[in-house]
Amino acid sequence: MNIHEYQAKELLKGFGAPVAKGVAITSADEAEAAARQLPGPLYVVKSQIHAGGRGKGKFKELGPDAKGGVRLAKSVEEAVSHVREMLGNTLVTAQTGEAGKQVNRLYIEDGADIDRELYLSLLVDRSVGRVAFVVSTEGGMDIEAVAHDTPEKIVTVAIDPLTGVTEADVARISDAYGLDGAAREDGKSLFPALYKAFVEKDMSLLEVNPLIVMTDGHLRVLDAKVSFDGNALFRHEDVKALRDTTEEDAKEIEASKYDLAYVALDGDIGCMVNGAGLAMATMDIIKLYGKEPANFLDVGGGASKEKVTAAFKIITADPNVKGILVNIFGGIMRCDVIAEGVVAAVKDVGLTVPLVVRLEGTNVEKGKAILNESGLAITAADDLDDAAKKIVAAVG
Amino acid sequence: MSILVDKNTKIIVQGLTGKTGTFHTEQALRYHGTQMVAGVHPKKGGESWTGSEGETLPIFASVAEAKEATGADASVVYVPPAGAAAAIIEAIEAEIPFIVCITEGIPVSDMVTVKARLETSKSRLLGPNCPGILTPNECKIGIMPGNIFKKGNVGIVSRSGTLTYEAVFQTTNAGLGQSTAVGIGGDPVKGTEFIDVLELFLADDETQSIIMIGEIGGSAEEDAAQFLLDEAKKGRKKPMAGFIAGRTAPKGRTMGHAGAVVSGGKGDAESKIAAMERAGIRVSPSPARLGTTLLEVLKG
Repeated sequence: MNIHEYQAKELLKGFGAPVAKGVAITSADEAEAAARQLPGPLYVVKSQIHAGGRGKGKFKELGPDAKGGVRLAKSVEEAVSHVREMLGNTLVTAQTGEAGKQVNRLYIEDGADIDRELYLSLLVDRSVGRVAFVVSTEGGMDIEAVAHDTPEKIVTVAIDPLTGVTEADVARISDAYGLDGAAREDGKSLFPALYKAFVEKDMSLLEVNPLIVMTDGHLRVLDAKVSFDGNALFRHEDVKALRDTTEEDAKEIEASKYDLAYVALDGDIGCMVNGAGLAMATMDIIKLYGKEPANFLDVGGGASKEKVTAAFKIITADPNVKGILVNIFGGIMRCDVIAEGVVAAVKDVGLTVPLVVRLEGTNVEKGKAILNESGLAITAADDLDDAAKKIVAAVG
Repeated sequence: MSILVDKNTKIIVQGLTGKTGTFHTEQALRYHGTQMVAGVHPKKGGESWTGSEGETLPIFASVAEAKEATGADASVVYVPPAGAAAAIIEAIEAEIPFIVCITEGIPVSDMVTVKARLETSKSRLLGPNCPGILTPNECKIGIMPGNIFKKGNVGIVSRSGTLTYEAVFQTTNAGLGQSTAVGIGGDPVKGTEFIDVLELFLADDETQSIIMIGEIGGSAEEDAAQFLLDEAKKGRKKPMAGFIAGRTAPKGRTMGHAGAVVSGGKGDAESKIAAMERAGIRVSPSPARLGTTLLEVLKG
């Protein structure tokens, strides 16, 4: 689960991290009062959407020469005029796709005098199974590009969960940045505070890009991107309350209600599969035969008839879907349950596109019998290869 | 021989009394008499568990008591996500040699703690978020469907449960059968990695070829490929086929498994496939051709 920058900063502030003063607004009428709460004379107006690359992004409705999704203002009046131009328009960035995202919220922040820009992130380093700081002196840049072009400029410091951030860890991070004076002193509290926030709130990513050294020598969190571990949300009601469903795909929200793993894609063959690996492999084999999948959908191990029906409805509600492939290898999942769910769903919502079903595993004969006796126009497939060929041929 | 489990393995069940634990314990008992010897429940110690065909198992209040009483050398964890890490740690403290965790959805930070405890322990953990392990006709721990297996000589290791079944089913149909099938699980932080299982398969006489199934996310497949290259230089090498799921997955999206995500420019399918092919693994472009691809490799 992702949150907005302004929410991330509020959260980090609670752990003692230095952030600028700022006010989030959702209407242009609030802009002037918001800006006047800040000390000035420099203001930053930042689009709040769940995607990176905002600064270099362009608004669809404005001309190509218009400024991007993060703007500087040297007066309250200028900040207000930016707000009027940005709010409600659609920002297209490298991460939003061509459709872009509508900017419904802006964050007006106190400007900072920047001396140096640094990069910091916290994540779970899978290779060692530990939370790690990823630090680089190349702040404000695309870190993937830095990792590709100049990997020596990235330093990783993994933290022992049984000790937490030690003085030696802090020193390694500070040395990697070349910090001294006030900034080095700030780091002694900031780095452990960020680690504490990451662990206590069950984050999966905490990215500060950039972390800045200001001209007064102190550190400040200038931008913050936070994602949470979906598996840990059950113990964080406060984090759940930060969810902004307007940033998510409506079909994915519906799927999450039924505990279905669903990802919307751009193709035209809908898929319903059990198991994440097999669901990915099903997408891959559709592509192998020349078509594109419309979605990833894992109904999971213990799916009920109701869950299968819900999954089927979500797939058929997608107007791009021109055919459906159901691929089940029953281990825990029984084939007769899947078959009953599919039949119930088809009877409920109707079937206007070709449907190919491949069943294998526990109770496969029962499942096939249910499909055959339903009298519905369902094409049975013998194996995964056969299933993929049949649905691709049917969609044409 | 097989790896990790055989007909002598004695298993206790953590989370036996729940619906999932009960169902799969019944299935295991009925699979060539897998030695499920006890259950653990903190509040039901001294009681007993009864399966749908009248099978009974004693329940102990702790893993340590269950181990002491039964001489168990393995444990399987079906405890729900919120308590699963604590259950694994209890098994580690009881010095259970082999712990298999089936539970999906354990918070990553809990697994970071478990991993640190494992490093200084006498235990090996398989999973979490995995289908378990099965040695045909001998021992079934976890949720794999026993009826698709056939005693044979292919070692199977996979990050995905259902793709493990595909590989098992296809090697059974190809007449090869399996020595042992191991699901290492789809979480980013886990106990046993590809390298650990590959080392065991290379050392196992019964295993004459290997199928390895990976997926997007992380670099475990690249690490495994490097391991295989290094071992081959020492003359240790077995014929291998493979598959990587997620070639068509969009970057930055988590595909069902918590660990299946291409992030920070790392973990994409193409780099994994390239690394595996460099290590001499024939990587099938289709998940439907795992068995036939291995047959081709074996024919040379």
